Amino acid sequence: MKQLNYDAVVIGGGAAGMAAAVELDSHGHSVLILEREDSLGGILMQCIHNGFGLIEFNEELTGPEFAQRFEAKVRAKNIQASLKTTVLDLREENGFKAVYCVSPAEGMMRIEARAVVLAMGCRERNRGNIRIPGTRPAGVYTAGLAQRLVNIEGYIPGKDVVIIGSGDIGLIMARRMSWSGCKVHAVIEILPYLSGLTRNIVQCLNDFGIPLYLSHLVTDIYGKDRVEGIEVTPIESGALMREKAFKIPCDTVLLSVGLVPENELSRNAGIEIQPTTNGPWVDSALMTTLPGVFACGNVLHVHDLVDYVVEEARRAGANAASWLSGYRPAREIRLKTGANIRYVMPMRLNPERENRVYMRSLVVKNNARLEVRLDGAVVKSRKLAHVQPSEMLSLTVAPADIAAAGRDSVIEIALV
Amino acid sequence: MEQFDVAIIGAGVCGANIARKLSQYELDVALLEKEIDVSLGTSKANSGIVHGGFHDHISTLKARLELQGALMFDRLHEELDFPFERCGILVAALHEDEMHAIEQLYLQGVDNGVIGIEMCSRERMLELEPKLNPDVVGGLYAPSGGILEPYRFVFSLVESAKKNGVRVKTEFEVASAEREGDYWHIRSTSGQEIQARFVVNSAGLHADRISAAFDAERFEIAPRKGEYYLLDRMTKSKPSRVIFPVPTEVSKGILVIPTVEGTVLIGPTASPAQGKEDFATTRDQLEHILHSARMMVPSISESDVITSFAGLRASYGTDFYIKLSDEAPAFVQVAGIQSPGLTASPAIGDYVKDLLKKAGLRLVEKSEWDPYVHKVPRARDADPYALDGLVAHDPAYGDIVCRCERVSEAEIVAAIRAGHTTLDGIKYYTRAQMGRCQGGFCTYKIIRILMRETGMGFDEVTKRGGDSTVLRGSL
Repeated sequence: MKQLNYDAVVIGGGAAGMAAAVELDSHGHSVLILEREDSLGGILMQCIHNGFGLIEFNEELTGPEFAQRFEAKVRAKNIQASLKTTVLDLREENGFKAVYCVSPAEGMMRIEARAVVLAMGCRERNRGNIRIPGTRPAGVYTAGLAQRLVNIEGYIPGKDVVIIGSGDIGLIMARRMSWSGCKVHAVIEILPYLSGLTRNIVQCLNDFGIPLYLSHLVTDIYGKDRVEGIEVTPIESGALMREKAFKIPCDTVLLSVGLVPENELSRNAGIEIQPTTNGPWVDSALMTTLPGVFACGNVLHVHDLVDYVVEEARRAGANAASWLSGYRPAREIRLKTGANIRYVMPMRLNPERENRVYMRSLVVKNNARLEVRLDGAVVKSRKLAHVQPSEMLSLTVAPADIAAAGRDSVIEIALV
Repeated sequence: MEQFDVAIIGAGVCGANIARKLSQYELDVALLEKEIDVSLGTSKANSGIVHGGFHDHISTLKARLELQGALMFDRLHEELDFPFERCGILVAALHEDEMHAIEQLYLQGVDNGVIGIEMCSRERMLELEPKLNPDVVGGLYAPSGGILEPYRFVFSLVESAKKNGVRVKTEFEVASAEREGDYWHIRSTSGQEIQARFVVNSAGLHADRISAAFDAERFEIAPRKGEYYLLDRMTKSKPSRVIFPVPTEVSKGILVIPTVEGTVLIGPTASPAQGKEDFATTRDQLEHILHSARMMVPSISESDVITSFAGLRASYGTDFYIKLSDEAPAFVQVAGIQSPGLTASPAIGDYVKDLLKKAGLRLVEKSEWDPYVHKVPRARDADPYALDGLVAHDPAYGDIVCRCERVSEAEIVAAIRAGHTTLDGIKYYTRAQMGRCQGGFCTYKIIRILMRETGMGFDEVTKRGGDSTVLRGSL
């Protein structure tokens, strides 16, 4: 079994992993990226639509173009990346992190590192997760799998399509399938509001005349060998209106019903996972409960924009670098969710540094105000014209904002 | 025309056991299956349990075959390399009045000669299974009960039978049969024909139709549906033993089953099916499963659910219906095999062999019969050094295709080469697509490998044969 040593190992070579690795390298640390696919770029490689990079590069790129920009940096800096390499285990051994991984070319490898950055991304929730009853015919796919089949493999999974869930990948696939000569009959969303970005509703549904059913639940998938249709039941005042159920014949069902951080490796390593995000608990440095192991990107919490992913990943990389150089925060202040906030990320703030905080709303609201409260007193606030759960919010908490924080202080973020 | 000594109709767990048993003798045996692969009927969707021998009294045929079959699994496991473990079975009583039923089961188990069966106090139950509902008042423990992967068991039985000369004909749906001299002349719906001197009807849900086609006894198989939920292996609710509630008149109840592969299965329900193709799960029944399973293990969370499925029990009468036909010559009925059919199936193989012998089939043991199947190492079971060795020998072991269940490309290729050329067949053989992502990440990779290995076009790739094509066009 091959043995290797690096200052840091980055698990996952998508946008987050590449951004974190570049940052670690720029601080002079040796770093190795482990990527299970045969190229860097992660899920961006199948996102051939544009809309990426508006914040990061101030221009509109496709997914592969965005990935390429980062891959160029990785190559230019000569950062090592081991492709077709699956990480099987992460352990603490002799005071080091030991990463066990396997590839067809190298066999098993044990890589010893002082720091690890988790950047494994997320996976799609599937039919079983949302418990849609019915038969189990061919023709039921997650939107991401369909995207892979169409955009990279070059196959059309089916011709008459219904999309369950209004997540972004589903909306993008509604347009993609329409362009490919398929008929998209409907998008069905259980919630009274959209799960995807507003721009995607306009560009992917409205422009193609695809009907959107809000507050509707798919109550049956039927068909023997191949999907023959679905049954849809309206929800009114929280109750299923069974007598108003209707059928939509189709041969394909695509699911875009949410993403879940892919944390099985982290769990097995004993890292504490947050139920609200399904990602690791992290402190102000984005460090997990396993010292020296950092997390960023969609493995930490699901982002809507890759631009935020790389921003967060750079911070994780920089934090890992300063941790490797021996920096430890003198103290951290607890950050918690207040009114109407689903989660805050991270869960601790460093009063000595600038803290970037991401959060999601629990509600749809106009003319809202985001408040940072230190022990109950508002120390910072921001007006927001419109908030909705599908669009991530962020703000910066500077040392000056929380200078008054004492040892047992608590900071709360609320949406009022 | 191909002539056989015995034709077995239906390659579920009964047909497969009978075929393997007969492969020990100097016989030409055909195993006929209407589906594209074996084990795609009732044998793939059940609880996967080797029962504890206390649910039925020894006066019934099913109890006798269950007891006998249960003892045969250790040897079969050794020979056939399917996942199996004797984890033990608990029956939990949640009210004092259920303890009477527990006692009856215990006495029946003792009567049946079950080894190691015991009555348990609340304390003992919670010690044996800390995840049990703390309201448990006591129960029963049958340490010899176990769990297995039923489709893997059938696959291995069929592989072993094939290795020893049995001809397996898939997509052979029996349409009609006539007696011609000493032979049955059997035609398939697609026009294939074979002749066989003896016929075994192990057609499961369709045993009634097959019996009628041979002009044997008229009976009706009433399909009874069992729905299940499968929970992620990361669940915190995985018990270490199979947990049964106290049984009712109609069923053994909703079980919590730690599968031998590390996931958790909860179910089955028991409700009449709307026909023999009714494999649909239903909202109400699925809610019932969660509710009932939580009575046993309260921590079960719906967020751990990764899929649901339904199987149909081939229900007829209250006991197994295994006998030489009184109506049709050289025809053996193996029908009405409900629970504990999987447990009893190896004994059914022996029992049917004896029936055939009584009917005049001459049995001469083969000298070169090989009971072992080729063991395909699995990446998931290999420690780092072992996996390193596997990759050195075959680099495809280093390509982890299915991340959730850690299945390598080498195992996918082995499945295809063993004849499992549908997505479901590969799934049941390897577990790829069976984990938490349910194929979201690996399906396209498996399609690639399948097309490469078989030369199939994209439009020939199916989920499980028939019209279950996966792709409907190319760009």
